[in-house]
Amino acid sequence: MRKTLTAMTLALFATGAMAETDPTDWDAVLEAANGQTVYWNAWGGSTTTNEFIAWVGSRVQEDYGVTLEHVKLSDTADAVSRVLAERTAGQDEGGAIDMIWINGENFAAMKRNELLFGPFAEDLPNWQFVDVDGKSVQSDFTVPTEGYESPWAMAQVVFMYDTADLANPLPNMNALLDWSSANPGRFTYPQPPDFLGSTFLKQALYDLVDDPTPLLSSVDDANYTEVTAPLWGFMDALTPTLWREGRAYPQTGATQIQLIADGELDLAISFSPGAASAAIANFELPDTVRTFVLENGTIGNASFVAIPYNASASEGAMVVANFLLSPESQARALDPENLGYGTVLAMDSLSDAERAAFDAIDLGIATLTPAELGTALAEPHPSWMERIEQDWVNRYGVSE
Amino acid sequence: MKTEAGLHFDHVSIAKAGQVLVELNELIAPGEVLSVMGPSGSGKSTLLSSVIGTLDKAFCLTGQIRLDGRDITGLPPEQRHIGILFQDDLLFPHLSVGANLAFGLRRSHQKGADCVATINTALADVGLEGFADRDPATLSGGQKARVALMRMLLSQPSALLLDEPFSGLDTELRAQMRQLVYERAKAQKVPVLLVTHDIEDAEASGGRIVRIGQN
Amino acid sequence: MRQALKYLQINTAPLLRRGRVLYVLPTLTLLAMLGPVLAGLAGTLAPAFGYLPAVGATEFSLAPFQDLFDWRGFWPAVWLSVFVGIVSAVLSLSVVVMIVASLQGSAFFTFVHKMLSPLLAVPHAAAAFGIAFLIAPSGWASRLVSPWLTGWNRPPDLLIVQDPWGLSLIAGLVAKEIPFLLLMMIAAMGQVDFNRSITVARSLGYRREVAWLKVIFPRVYKQIRLPVYVVLAFSLSVVDVAMILGPNTPPTLSVQIVKWMGDPELTLRLRAAAAALVQFVLVLGVIGLWRIGEVMVAKAGLAWVQSGHRGRGFSIFRPFAFGFAVLSALAIFAGIAGLITWSFAGFWSFPEFWPDMFTLRNWMRHGTALADPIRETVLLASVATIVALILTIGCLEAEHRHGLRVSTRGVWLLYLPLLIPQTAFLPGLQTLMLNFGIHSGRVPVIAAHIVFVLPYVFLSLSDPFRAWDRRYGTVASALGASQDRVLWTVRMPMLLAPVLTAAAVGFSVSVGQYLPTLLIGGGRVQSLTTEAVALASGGDRRAIGVYGLAQTVAALVPFAIALLLPRLIWSNRKALRNED
Repeated sequence: MRKTLTAMTLALFATGAMAETDPTDWDAVLEAANGQTVYWNAWGGSTTTNEFIAWVGSRVQEDYGVTLEHVKLSDTADAVSRVLAERTAGQDEGGAIDMIWINGENFAAMKRNELLFGPFAEDLPNWQFVDVDGKSVQSDFTVPTEGYESPWAMAQVVFMYDTADLANPLPNMNALLDWSSANPGRFTYPQPPDFLGSTFLKQALYDLVDDPTPLLSSVDDANYTEVTAPLWGFMDALTPTLWREGRAYPQTGATQIQLIADGELDLAISFSPGAASAAIANFELPDTVRTFVLENGTIGNASFVAIPYNASASEGAMVVANFLLSPESQARALDPENLGYGTVLAMDSLSDAERAAFDAIDLGIATLTPAELGTALAEPHPSWMERIEQDWVNRYGVSE
Repeated sequence: MKTEAGLHFDHVSIAKAGQVLVELNELIAPGEVLSVMGPSGSGKSTLLSSVIGTLDKAFCLTGQIRLDGRDITGLPPEQRHIGILFQDDLLFPHLSVGANLAFGLRRSHQKGADCVATINTALADVGLEGFADRDPATLSGGQKARVALMRMLLSQPSALLLDEPFSGLDTELRAQMRQLVYERAKAQKVPVLLVTHDIEDAEASGGRIVRIGQN
Repeated sequence: MRQALKYLQINTAPLLRRGRVLYVLPTLTLLAMLGPVLAGLAGTLAPAFGYLPAVGATEFSLAPFQDLFDWRGFWPAVWLSVFVGIVSAVLSLSVVVMIVASLQGSAFFTFVHKMLSPLLAVPHAAAAFGIAFLIAPSGWASRLVSPWLTGWNRPPDLLIVQDPWGLSLIAGLVAKEIPFLLLMMIAAMGQVDFNRSITVARSLGYRREVAWLKVIFPRVYKQIRLPVYVVLAFSLSVVDVAMILGPNTPPTLSVQIVKWMGDPELTLRLRAAAAALVQFVLVLGVIGLWRIGEVMVAKAGLAWVQSGHRGRGFSIFRPFAFGFAVLSALAIFAGIAGLITWSFAGFWSFPEFWPDMFTLRNWMRHGTALADPIRETVLLASVATIVALILTIGCLEAEHRHGLRVSTRGVWLLYLPLLIPQTAFLPGLQTLMLNFGIHSGRVPVIAAHIVFVLPYVFLSLSDPFRAWDRRYGTVASALGASQDRVLWTVRMPMLLAPVLTAAAVGFSVSVGQYLPTLLIGGGRVQSLTTEAVALASGGDRRAIGVYGLAQTVAALVPFAIALLLPRLIWSNRKALRNED
């Protein structure tokens, strides 16, 4: 009887902030995770991603007894609003979501609203392999991650082009405008606020401004108009030359791949250097497609996973996040046969055998080498993205 | 006092919204046929409903209906032991001829093989030997009418209600069926209430005729 | 609610006295159907007026509406929604009238009638995918004539799918609404003695089309008024079809509401709630407008009927009707054929009419992932359908035994869940559920499905149930069978075919539900439809082909069962085989 009472009292105190196991005590995490079901909310629009997540599920089941359920979203923001709705209702534990594939705005919003569990990322055992110095894995769109999300893939803007119709890569945004003017209807970008569409706007802004420094800090009303003026001039000239004269836009990046395959587009933006090769392997793109980056570089960022503050299986989610950082998982993701996502690991932190596995991967005919990709430009502060999206919607999004 | 035999309409009066539709005060003795005649809308079907026990709540019945001395006025249909034949045969289309007959069989005193034997005898009785497994939909009109009659009789009703039972049949069949029904009713010594608008049906029964709805 | 109970004329005294379950069923049915709708609307109200503590909004105000009206896309989105709603309803109704007026009684009409159930069962999303692939510049229609006729070696840069006027959205809606209205029309005509009326009118010298319009239509329209309103409300507020075929600059109001509901900028929830209320008022307003239109058309029509015009010039009706009937069926069937082809396609470039090669690879890739959503879909649909059937049969039986009849005005209640836009009450319902600590998951999703399954099951079962000859029951009772025995051993077996058809209708309605599954399931309940629409965002036509097809099959199989099972069970019972 007394024992029960003590247990109950303990349980009473334990609920709240630290119901979950402390990530520094990894053995305890593993023990708690065993038998848990982790609901990973991740965008479900790509078959290759879905397959990769299914593979992760089978591996964590095998090694750690964690069941992974992929909740396929059409928009990551759905997951964010779900967590919000739960907090509105006072459901501070036992939430429906255990892990979210997240970055940028969504991360900023969740962190600002204290909807995240953590910090946990830098306590994960596999953090030791992460290339902290060489890759932007500790800030997300200039917002410091502070351990509230764990990186699992590197992405960088590339342009996919069909060499059958466009012989040479385009060096910069003005060249893109010239080409699009000469070949109207052959280029478009996903409709902002789609993530990739907004990225195109930021990429254009980066390439058109003389000095990108203001972009790295919070947007400032005083200089916003001035800084973005070249962008809107460019966009006003570009829009009439777009696919469907800019009166309709693809809703996602993946739709562009179908449009290239149909021969409607010759050029499209992508955030995944290996995606074109993967699509060729799956018959989704003709094998004449290649990729290029702009001469002054392109934006790069990391994809992260975060755990909501009220997750039901935070230990299981940490185990999955840790597995995603393992050399095995990273090598698989890099292979364009599977996913074609860049790795977040530092090669020199790996053993020879592990490094050999990475070296053996054939990156595919349409994938640029790390040297060709060059150093990625940092993402602008998320406040820029919000302002530019808003502006874009007002200028082009609501009427012809 | 001796137990009263037969179907007794003891000062029965049925009204709707305060207006009297039908009144009847008759005793039908066992084996007797009472014919009730009247034009459509005269309340014939209302009267029938009151005997079967399907009278709509909108109607108000005063008086008493007794069957062999037992007051059945408030009983549900399944407890009245009154058989009914409509103009249409109404054989259950999902059951075989034999199963239709078995449906009404009082099982308490018959079982298994007896049951089958009873059905076969009943069928043979009306010239339908070997029809037990047939689909009712494949029978002729006259055959269906006979099956319907036997189905009712096998349930051993204490009284019979006939609702224009012969008007769906052609002239020749009609005469045959009439004869069959009246004979059986007399043989089983049950009171019969016949509702019809056809004077021939009424006269052929050889019983009394009451006309309603003609005031 | 009290009003509602009054419509059903529920007398509570016997309920308390006997405590019989049958008496409670009508109330229970009403609760199952309207409870979530009303609760959801209530849950939308607070945030619409500025109250959503989670984002720090605790003061009631009109700010969300102000914010909504300040959105530059507001009026275009409203205009687009109204335009799409009214034009689709007018078009579908006109085509259906033309088809029935000029083709009724012909062999072609009988054929069309047979095609209706499968056409209806094809889920909206699958039909929309199919149609998108047919009419897109790179679609089958364009491949058919390229390059030999058009000279196109690449798809032309034409804005067809997702055009700003919503024309392709309208086309997709009309193709799906024609079968629905046609079925309703045919059911309604069963209650009108049209053959003799037409004969009389024709003997007076009227063309058959004109005779139909003048003599039959006014009577039939009364019967199908509510279904027409359903079509109107549906086209005005549909989400999944509009996401696939509708424009995005701006989208329709409903699509925008769903987008705001999912925006990381959490305060947009307030704007979404305000828009949901606007959407609700919009539907009410347009139905009101339609009602005024009805009165005006009736007036003009009366003058026309009395003019004695015998209707030369109506000869174009027949070819038009024929053309539209074929076109709308073709749009759906060819669309499905497109899904099939894509699901087996290897590389397939424009303007090739067929893929370079056919491969099982797509099915093998998605096959294993399909198993779970199929199981989920079947589970949701089965439970929702069974519950709806039990409630419906219980209500109809209560009506039969105790006269608890749904009055004419009560029929409105049945249609209410179909008339109130999903986007107006589902978001509020989600918030409410959470407030009461009800976890998302299968059970609430099933409850939400029942809201939509129940009316269809009720509507499709009530006519055959009521048309059943009560004298069978009387005969059975007289033979000593209790009421329950009559129900189970006589009535249900005889009504097997309509019960199965109603079940199939309910099942296919459940299979097609997108928004309730997504919002109430909190993303954890993944049906074929939510998976297919999620995949659509990726534009992978092979994956869409596989999922769209799986979705269609899931909706069609029950109809096949409803058609075949009675023939098997009643193979020896001529009167009960479902042979029309």
